[in-house]
Amino acid sequence: MIQTETTALALSREIREKKRTVRETVQETLKKIHETDSSIGAFLTLRPEEELLEHADRIQQQIDDGTLNSPLAGVPVAVKDNLCTRGLRTTCASRILEDFLPPYSAGAVERLEEAGALIIGKTNMDEFAMGSTTETSAFQITKNPWNTAHVPGGSSGGSCAAVAAGEVLLALGSDTGGSIRQPSAFCGVTGIKPTYGTVSRYGLIAYASSLDQIGPVAGNVSDCAALLQAIAGHDPRDATSLVRKDLDFTSACVCDVKGMKIGIPKTYFQDGIDPEVKEAVLRAAETFRSLGAFVESFDLPLTEYAIPAYYLIASAEASSNLERFDGVKYGCRASEYEGLHDMYKKTRSEGFGAEVKRRIMLGSFVLSAGYYDAYYLKALRTRALIKQSYDHAFTTYDLLLAPAAPSTAPRIGVSLEDPLKMYLGDIYTVSVNLAGLPAISLPCGFDRGGLPIGMQLIGNAFAEKTLIRAAYTYEQTAQGLKTTPTAEKEAHR
Amino acid sequence: MTEKITLETIEDVSILAKLKLDPEEAENARKDMQKMLDYVEKLNELDTDGVEPLTHLFSYGNVFREDIVTNGDASEEMLANAPKAKDGQYQVPKTIE
Repeated sequence: MIQTETTALALSREIREKKRTVRETVQETLKKIHETDSSIGAFLTLRPEEELLEHADRIQQQIDDGTLNSPLAGVPVAVKDNLCTRGLRTTCASRILEDFLPPYSAGAVERLEEAGALIIGKTNMDEFAMGSTTETSAFQITKNPWNTAHVPGGSSGGSCAAVAAGEVLLALGSDTGGSIRQPSAFCGVTGIKPTYGTVSRYGLIAYASSLDQIGPVAGNVSDCAALLQAIAGHDPRDATSLVRKDLDFTSACVCDVKGMKIGIPKTYFQDGIDPEVKEAVLRAAETFRSLGAFVESFDLPLTEYAIPAYYLIASAEASSNLERFDGVKYGCRASEYEGLHDMYKKTRSEGFGAEVKRRIMLGSFVLSAGYYDAYYLKALRTRALIKQSYDHAFTTYDLLLAPAAPSTAPRIGVSLEDPLKMYLGDIYTVSVNLAGLPAISLPCGFDRGGLPIGMQLIGNAFAEKTLIRAAYTYEQTAQGLKTTPTAEKEAHR
Repeated sequence: MTEKITLETIEDVSILAKLKLDPEEAENARKDMQKMLDYVEKLNELDTDGVEPLTHLFSYGNVFREDIVTNGDASEEMLANAPKAKDGQYQVPKTIE
């Protein structure tokens, strides 16, 4: 059996030391998913067992003949359903792509497979990653493994719930405005949004191209670092992909924050934050201080302008990116129409859900003649100022400590009634995407109802290793937090 | 002063967005957009005169490559996803009367 407390790195080591086979690992993972996922709903599509077992045997062969010795060899990974997987249904949780079979795999998926990991299936998400609860999925509701009356967060809710429920040890998500960090916080797992350009976006179905970034989700910092290391690297098929020299992220898993300068943005702890979240994050600040870090509060200006700028930019880019779904090249086509334009309109109106249409409408408006300067360019100018304010902060601090979200996971069914209110919940995450920075979200406590609280460490561009070192140090110190929904239930029995 | 969104605006935008909205959806879209625009009005508090719009996070210049085909012919696989295809081509409704 795969122990719920094990790590992906330990599991792969066992496989490479011949203590277990890849085939057994895959079978156990599928068994766990079959037992658990009917109550969680993390997966939209599973790879057929036969195909998985064949793949497992191929990996086993490579391990046995010594051609494969990567730290994640043989580990099953769940992949968010906006990442193309060759021959495996990829829907973006949208009706419009219900039967889409990608003819190629995303760059990040290719790299994972080269590292000997197995794609076990595709996880639920908000439709086209637009949402913060995974409830805008056209297909199913995903439940928070800690309390199934609550959402897992979003948009990478399926990936984070799958890890929290122990169905998989690793998953890929994508983060446009917090879509890895917020659900990681809600599900009590660890997730990284890398510096823009670190992971290839080739084969990631685009929402807002200047903000989107693929990243790892796992049960702990070391696994996250290893998964990031496996998927990072330059890819000429993504023109925004960067050539970075040092991608040895796992070497940053060392216990040492002595002398590290950590800034706490004051405005993040003022209005609208749940007192229990505030308390937990400030307690983590104390932990860092006791470990030898220098921690202080400071003024990070422009916080309140991040959400309006983000929603204008993201919606504008979405309206442009989603024009490709027109019933011609892929996806569904309306059954009845009169002429080409009517076909486009009916196909899109039937294929997209309410939140996607809302953002396409807003984006089309702000890009239209007469409004472009007042809204879109204004947002891009604001974006420049927000980036400057972070640049300035990083002249003093090595990293910033913040909550990942103002509250813990809301109950299912309450968030979509007021979209604007839902958008405001992204206050601590969107500015990181606007500035292209890396950030990690990791557990730092529980609220009175037993739901996880997450904190966020934000780094300067390319400073993932600083983030990983600080997060790893905290995690090793706060061992008591490393628990799972199942373990927690048993402890209270 | 926020832009006033009318049903005519929504009609114009739905043409750009290639979406067909029934009267109820159009009214909801009008309300939603008005609410969002009232909210983003906040940006006008900021003086952004002389600030260059941020279009690229890291300025490494344009990325060029030689104009050489490197991928193979995947037309069959590509067409397999098309709702309608004929003779190796995408099939669309008649565009010229």
